[in-house]
Amino acid sequence: MKYVDEYRDGRLARALAARIANAADAAGSYHFMEFCGGHTHAISRYGLEDLLPANVRMIHGPGCPVCVLPVGRIDAAIRLAERPEVTLCTYGDVMRVPGSHGTSLLRAKAAGADIRMVYSTLDAVRIAQAEPQREIVFFAIGFETTTPPTALAIRLAAEKRLENFSVFCNHVLTPAAIQNILESPDVRELGRVRIDGFIGPAHVSTVIGTEPYAFFAEEFEKPVVVAGFEPLDVMLAILMLIRQVNEGRHEVENQYVRAVKPQGNAKAKAEVAEIFELRKSFEWRGLGLVPYSGLRLKEAYAQYDAERRFGVEYVAARDNSACECGAILRGVKKPIDCKLFGTVCTPETPMGSCMVSAEGACAAHWTYGRFRDRTRRAS
Amino acid sequence: MSPKAYRRRLDIKDGRVDLSHGSGGRAMAQLIADVFHDALDNDWLRRGNDQAAFDVAAGRMVMTTDGYVISPLFFPGGDIGSLAVHGTINDVAMAGARPCYLSASFIIEEGFALADLKRIADSMGDAARAAGVPVITGDTKVVERGKADGVFISTTGVGVVPDGLDLSAEKARPGDRVILSGTIGDHGIAVMSKRQNLTFDADIVSDSAALHGLVAEMVAAGGSALRVMRDPTRGGLAAALNELAQQSRVGFLISEEAVPVKPGVAAACELLGLDPLHVANEGKLVAIVAPDAADAVLAAMRADALGCNAAIIGEVIADDHRFVQMTTSFGGGRIVDWLSGEQLPRIC
Repeated sequence: MKYVDEYRDGRLARALAARIANAADAAGSYHFMEFCGGHTHAISRYGLEDLLPANVRMIHGPGCPVCVLPVGRIDAAIRLAERPEVTLCTYGDVMRVPGSHGTSLLRAKAAGADIRMVYSTLDAVRIAQAEPQREIVFFAIGFETTTPPTALAIRLAAEKRLENFSVFCNHVLTPAAIQNILESPDVRELGRVRIDGFIGPAHVSTVIGTEPYAFFAEEFEKPVVVAGFEPLDVMLAILMLIRQVNEGRHEVENQYVRAVKPQGNAKAKAEVAEIFELRKSFEWRGLGLVPYSGLRLKEAYAQYDAERRFGVEYVAARDNSACECGAILRGVKKPIDCKLFGTVCTPETPMGSCMVSAEGACAAHWTYGRFRDRTRRAS
Repeated sequence: MSPKAYRRRLDIKDGRVDLSHGSGGRAMAQLIADVFHDALDNDWLRRGNDQAAFDVAAGRMVMTTDGYVISPLFFPGGDIGSLAVHGTINDVAMAGARPCYLSASFIIEEGFALADLKRIADSMGDAARAAGVPVITGDTKVVERGKADGVFISTTGVGVVPDGLDLSAEKARPGDRVILSGTIGDHGIAVMSKRQNLTFDADIVSDSAALHGLVAEMVAAGGSALRVMRDPTRGGLAAALNELAQQSRVGFLISEEAVPVKPGVAAACELLGLDPLHVANEGKLVAIVAPDAADAVLAAMRADALGCNAAIIGEVIADDHRFVQMTTSFGGGRIVDWLSGEQLPRIC
């Protein structure tokens, strides 16, 4: 596969591993957070841990859209789907995310709710056109990458004057979450989590560019390297971060130059700005209420807002008390530190959201890396 | 039914199956005669009994059954009819056995086009004749519209195991080699490429094929050095190896570089976020073979058209955790886990 295999080349990986080992100061250690689940997945899927020196540790961040969705929003989506007139369209990953009391969209579907998996927001618009007697609600989740397609669907629905299409908006913003992590007591005061630098988002940065990260680099004195989702991208970013740390620099660097421009994608940003506005705060699983971190539809598009249309009341709900997803999403704990991990919580029976998406820290470690735990804990 | 009684010919071109075709009356007899007997024709069916009688060979026999609910019914490289023949023959053949006979049971949805039914029956007949394994008895039921999706088929197969052969899932031993008969993921991706909400242009054809000829070559070359064989259908190669790891209480270590994947399949998987190791196959097998015989078995497989891309992809290792591990082409290690959840329903 051209343009893909080049970034997965084993020979280059070994050469890069040698350079990382050379650059890493053997007397010190390095703790980097990869914000995105896409990076987490690449690290696990290609076994990067085996290629990194022991003193370079990767902390898996909260950048997995499914993982940060709070239980209360899943509950609200299930309540929407249970309305007889509603057809809820959603991306596949969300189906298995556990809501309160062992519910999930998958179970609601089995019990008779009309829930359909779509691969694109445009599929949902097509369904709305084809079935005018149904209320089609698109369950929109994700970071800045998936927001423009949702905006496009709303604009299309408006152009086509569709009266049966609306969006249950759960789009969230990356910079707000990174700031929240850096300001959290775990990182700032308690020092429980040491973060020496960030691997910045890949796809998100294609939309928002690299400029939004300048604030963290300056204010919190943490280097940020925006990197692609291929394993060689991640390794090169790690090398760039090590060099910044060694040289006492804290800059925003762009490893993903083949896709990311400093100013991002102006057209996509304009499309989003036309339709969405900031919420005062939004709940994230693991991070709690994060100010100005979520989007909702502007008043002018109120008729496409499922929350207004159906009077969705948000009721916060608690995670399973033993579930460590929150601490794992903040980088305080590793999957293996959770009592539920691999016992009652597996990808087949996820208790927490980190076990649901392939990009979640727990699912990635369980699916690809748990053989490394043998010495740490009997599986 | 008297042969002299007047009967209107079945309107195969424009007609549809209705409930009378499953009622036990003349309409059903006509459907069976004109569609199924015509397509699957053999001595047993011609006798028109409710069962087929055949002599039993000395030695050990195997029997297997499988249901086919694939959507869409027609896909690049095959259809539900040929699949229902190949799949069941392969399950028999994985015991090292020579498949002898098949049975077939059809559950048809009211309103199903007779032309499609005939096409499926003809394809089934062609596949059975090509494989030399006749469908000798069968059954037809019609259910109301909405109670099935077009047509569902169940086939049962019986076969005879050559003397001295006893392949079984608990027989993999550390050191044994893992041989894969060819590229993985072709069937699953071919089917997905034709799914209604997932249409993409892909030049990929299902690998659906009967593997008993290939198996006979392997048995001749390896004999009792063949420990166990599986056809990696739903859940793909990953599921097949994980099953064997559990049943034999061993682990596997395979090399990603050694597993053949067609570029088009790899690209489609990349696009859809799938792992080819989890994608279904319908004309591939994985064999666990004693190390001394591995080269001979591999050579025999490569001499057969259905095994020309065969490769040794790894070996059995001792592992109390029964992990299937893989060295990635990138250079790191990972687990090859079962597919969790549903990748895509009704792939076979």
